[in-house]
Amino acid sequence: MRFLDTFFDGAVMAKYLPDLLSAIVTTLWLSAIIVVGGLALGLALACLRTLGRWYLTLPIVAFADIGRALPPLVVILIFYFGLPGLGLNLSGPMVLILVLGGVLAAFAEEIFWAGLTAVPKGQWEAGRATGLSFAQTLFEIALPQAIRMGIPPLVNRALAITKMTALGSVIGVKEILAVSSSAQSFSGSATPLTMAALAYLAIFLPVVILSRLLERRYAWAV
Amino acid sequence: MLEINQLQKSFGDTQVLTSIDLSVKPGELVFVIGPSGSGKSTMLRCCNRLEEPTSGSILLDGEHVTACHGAALDRMRLKIGMVFQGFHLYPHKSVLANVMLAQVKALKRSKEEARARAMEMLEHVGLAHKADAMPSELSGGQQQRVAIARALALDPKVMLFDEPTSALDPELVGSVLKVMKQLRDEGMTMVVVSHEMDFAREAADRVVFMDGGVVVEAGTPEEIFGSPKSERLRAFLSRLHPSAS
Repeated sequence: MRFLDTFFDGAVMAKYLPDLLSAIVTTLWLSAIIVVGGLALGLALACLRTLGRWYLTLPIVAFADIGRALPPLVVILIFYFGLPGLGLNLSGPMVLILVLGGVLAAFAEEIFWAGLTAVPKGQWEAGRATGLSFAQTLFEIALPQAIRMGIPPLVNRALAITKMTALGSVIGVKEILAVSSSAQSFSGSATPLTMAALAYLAIFLPVVILSRLLERRYAWAV
Repeated sequence: MLEINQLQKSFGDTQVLTSIDLSVKPGELVFVIGPSGSGKSTMLRCCNRLEEPTSGSILLDGEHVTACHGAALDRMRLKIGMVFQGFHLYPHKSVLANVMLAQVKALKRSKEEARARAMEMLEHVGLAHKADAMPSELSGGQQQRVAIARALALDPKVMLFDEPTSALDPELVGSVLKVMKQLRDEGMTMVVVSHEMDFAREAADRVVFMDGGVVVEAGTPEEIFGSPKSERLRAFLSRLHPSAS
């Protein structure tokens, strides 16, 4: 009984459910923008890197290495509390999107790039020998194969990064963890945190299952 | 049709092709033999600029292959079909899509036109029934025939074969050679780098023996195999058929 009262208090649940639902919506749209933006940026950077120009490769590699090395929380705090000193005031959600989207892009660039380098040279030669341009060979032949190789690590990264939207709680973004954590301190009950955990599961379990289907769909024997 | 003049190619300090002159007439099948490392494949790959020649010129129907760049080079490559030792079919595309891709993207044919031409070519190599299969579902010999169809569908003026049967199990070699023989009988201009000497005897108009980056000897199959003039060619042939010598 004590367990249920602590973690599954019905009255507390009913009271904070509306707040939590709007927090779930916030987490969802933040995650969607971060994942779509981060993957798109990472893909674009990996494509630019195939051109093999040092003035493109150098900044891309620097961005990818720094983006993967820094703890996102550090960058979030710098952006949120530091940039206003330069007169640049970014909202909490904006900081979260820029930083987490950027970190995902750094990882995604490396994953796409690894995929591209794993495509056999003969694939490029076959494309170019049949009169396809560099860009056509990249987009029609190399990239589809690179993306398929990258799906499992990309899904993992995307999941990891969207879970980090919880870091928004330190800069006042009303996402799931922030709302449930303040509800916890107001109510003195751990139940809102249980609700948060359940909300995260409700969001991410289907994504994990979907990704398994995706991997199976795109698997092909070579 | 295809003219190679004083072609040189070096990789760093290593000179692979010293000076190659070779002229291929329309409808001719030129067969290139020689020990590995003699520069046969490099010469072939220079013809469509997969390797960049260090110097010399290559002309196709009087047009400079070696002088064009960018989109002009892409258009030039459409006229030069290439078949690789490792097939290099696109594993993520069906057989039909493999044969259609460059037709649509490079030759700007409509999808319907490209599909019809692809089916015609697959029929030609005896694989129309595999149009919807994925490359991984085919045997090596079948994959190579699809690769030949993929090149032919672009209506090239000349076909280059870079050791087309070397990666195949012996029992699958025949099906590919049969398609090549058929192509030759239809009047396709072909340059074939290969070790299939029986095929050379049977189908080649001219056999070119390369060693150390130069053409050592060239002639009809009878001349090359029957009465080799140079010591190097005799040594090469006797290594191939120790029992015959």
